[in-house]
Amino acid sequence: MTIIPPALRPPRPFPTTRRRLALALAAVTVVSLAAAGPAFANFWTPESGGSPNADRIHSLYVIVLVVAGVVFFGVEGALLYALFRFRARKGAVAAQIRGNTRLEIGWTIGAAVILVVLATVTFIKLPGIRNPDDSGPGGLQTAGAPILTAQVDNRQPPNGKSLRIAVNGQQYIWRYTYPDGDSNTLNNPFSYTEMVVPTDTTVTLDIRAQDVAHSWWVPKLGGKFDAVPGYTNHTWFKIPAKFAGATFAKGTVFTGQCAELCGRNHANMIARVRAVTPAQFEQWIAQRKSDVAQADDTAAAGRKKLDAQLNGQ
Amino acid sequence: MATTEIARPAASAAVPQIAAHDVRPERTGWTSWVTTTDHKKIGIMYLVLTFVFFIMGGVEALLIRLQLSQADNTLLTPQKYNELFTLHGTTMIFLFVVPVMAGFGNYLLPLMIGARDMAFPKLNALSFWLLAAGGVVFYASIFFSPPECGWTCYTPLAESSYLPSGGVDAWIYLIHLTGLSSLIGAINFYATIANMRAPGMGWGRLPLFVWAILVYAILLILALPVIAGAVTLLLTDRHFGTHFFDPTSGGSPLLWQHLFWFFGHPEVYIMVLPGFGIISEVIPVFARKPIFGYKAVAASTVVIAFLGLLVWAHHMFSTPSPTVVLVFFMMSSFLIAVPTGVKIFNWIGTLWRGTIEFTTPLLYCVGFIGTFLIGGITGIFVAIFPIDWQLTDTYFVVAHFHYVIVGGAVFAVFAGVHYWFPKITGRMMSEPLGKLSFWLVLIGFHVTFFVQHAIGLDGMPRRVYEYPDVGHLELYNLISTIGSFILALGVGVIVINVVRSLKRGAVAGPDPWKANTLEWFTQSPPPVNNFDTIPRIRSVEPMKDIRREVARQADRLAALQPAATVASMGPETQGTV
Repeated sequence: MTIIPPALRPPRPFPTTRRRLALALAAVTVVSLAAAGPAFANFWTPESGGSPNADRIHSLYVIVLVVAGVVFFGVEGALLYALFRFRARKGAVAAQIRGNTRLEIGWTIGAAVILVVLATVTFIKLPGIRNPDDSGPGGLQTAGAPILTAQVDNRQPPNGKSLRIAVNGQQYIWRYTYPDGDSNTLNNPFSYTEMVVPTDTTVTLDIRAQDVAHSWWVPKLGGKFDAVPGYTNHTWFKIPAKFAGATFAKGTVFTGQCAELCGRNHANMIARVRAVTPAQFEQWIAQRKSDVAQADDTAAAGRKKLDAQLNGQ
Repeated sequence: MATTEIARPAASAAVPQIAAHDVRPERTGWTSWVTTTDHKKIGIMYLVLTFVFFIMGGVEALLIRLQLSQADNTLLTPQKYNELFTLHGTTMIFLFVVPVMAGFGNYLLPLMIGARDMAFPKLNALSFWLLAAGGVVFYASIFFSPPECGWTCYTPLAESSYLPSGGVDAWIYLIHLTGLSSLIGAINFYATIANMRAPGMGWGRLPLFVWAILVYAILLILALPVIAGAVTLLLTDRHFGTHFFDPTSGGSPLLWQHLFWFFGHPEVYIMVLPGFGIISEVIPVFARKPIFGYKAVAASTVVIAFLGLLVWAHHMFSTPSPTVVLVFFMMSSFLIAVPTGVKIFNWIGTLWRGTIEFTTPLLYCVGFIGTFLIGGITGIFVAIFPIDWQLTDTYFVVAHFHYVIVGGAVFAVFAGVHYWFPKITGRMMSEPLGKLSFWLVLIGFHVTFFVQHAIGLDGMPRRVYEYPDVGHLELYNLISTIGSFILALGVGVIVINVVRSLKRGAVAGPDPWKANTLEWFTQSPPPVNNFDTIPRIRSVEPMKDIRREVARQADRLAALQPAATVASMGPETQGTV
């Protein structure tokens, strides 16, 4: 019987049973992690559900997560296997290998191919995320009416109709200005902190800032868009009809907050979006309009009184 | 531990010797440190000073984590909180990770290439003292009003109308002074590597750490002038009536972001490339195998640096930018993943079929690969701009860049500290304490930062001093805080190990690890002139060649004169012939 010294033995091939075991372990880990997902909502994925673009970002993220998971388990597995299998033992001799050009080219191309696949998926998904959808049939039905504006200087849905709201970031509050159909924006209805929008209606936002940089973000309605002074940024969302309530107060409220450091009170620069039915929305807009008009009248009357007092003296 | 080598036989002068003589008596006492131009002393001062800043940045991080351990916590005021994260980020980047690499470079680079000092020793001392001055100027602001605009100091928030106090100015002078320090240091590294290599050390035999320092120097030279210009514009905006970044007078806040990140992203590679270099030195030593694909590892360093100059606007995906810009920077960020992946594969390839000795430096290298990989993978998520719209400026990004910078640089620094401590001090660090520190750091790090991905996905932005108790936010944040204290404990063990080993560590001898590079071909610690004779370099592993040569001559001698002249000497007497 000849005894081959360990150094001269050919390296043992990866035993198939062990390979099966490793695969099974990886599969169990993946499955249990996937199962843990729903238990801890948003542990593994970004928030979504309030708007198609947020949902599409979510599904793109999930695809990337799966690819990333495969890469993670593959590389960490190879690392741990190497550490376990090739630890210093009596009689073991390190193979003096200096490299392998074919292997180098292979894993370079392999990495590139994965990235090409991810880029392709991204480009397929991109238009649905970036470009607004048309409003649904249950949306604000005032086609042709001035409240839905067709514009060319921002991204619009294919039919060119959306509810276009101006978002203005300022230390430390968000202000929303709603369209009223005329070119004078000084008398438009507006609100602070809480934006009210009709469901099933495409809402496009013109995001600006008046002091420092802020960032508009309501996670369930899609990504962040910075409000940078001197620039206008754009995004959109369309909240499904199911989120509106029977009454105005029962409408679902989506919360978010400023995501760009804007000063000491950055943490409290909250944004809320209340989803209501188109009818409730129109009613609310009318109410805001009359409130604004009434406040203007009161102010005008007060000014007149003050003028009279000053002139009388 | 002790290397066994052969005593010089009287007749034969051909046996390679570790021999060095002091040329002049060395100065002693504190003046010897203040006036020194010796690259080793400067290197030690760099390492000590940057570790002091590391501890300070760490304390700031712990305060931040304490504030966030509970929802709606009132431990810190919003102002104090903003100051703390600004100090933390600025300290860790400008006063720890970048200069600590210069510290390793200073100490090791001349030794590794067989030079007696850096090309410009006085400039080298100037680099160090400019760094110290930058740190002093910046930290002096804590007695007045520290900056509170984050380490990025975005305009218009950093303009004097919003932050009139001197904190931002202290930050600007920190950038100028540390920038000048790094720039001078970089020119010095470049000149040293280009001109002072040992005979026979062509570009293909340069140690990979030296390759990394070379590319680090080039990146610093390319990127630092841009930030120096940008902060000068900010300074004139703040004090001399210009409006470069003021939108109300025709300036542009986005210009600041472009200039900042044109520097800021290469800065990431400035921080991690020397770390990659350390890993590429340590792994082959303890796998007892040559590095797998030397050329691929060196080339990927260069490619990463080149691509690193072309990805800056991926920090700006949520700004008002045209789609073509977003697509370009997504694709360039994708590209950079390829050479980075190649490096990881080559490190694993080096471990493959080796005989791995699980010393503390190797453990930190392995922790580095496993951790940095996660940072690289989450980097793909944030490179895809529609996904980044959800992730940017949240705790997901905080987790991502800590995986990259702690995984890619700090783990490597710890590997380097444990690996080169015997060379620097002449004594070994304690292995049990080293292993304890490794497990505490590894576990502490992942407990702190892994859960932060989920915090970000749950909708918590970064840089907020408080958060509401919704969902699992409070639980996740508490886990993260607990992890940060485990991590701090691990760093504490490293400090204890260093201090204890200075006096009580086992005497190391010139080459305790049986390493590959030239710094082990001299005493530990090396004498002022480093080497009396510089061997001719015949491969990328000169020490391996030398050991082989010594063994061959020993065999020959043993064959000629059995037993008598072949003696094993204690390591401490070696080299002091």
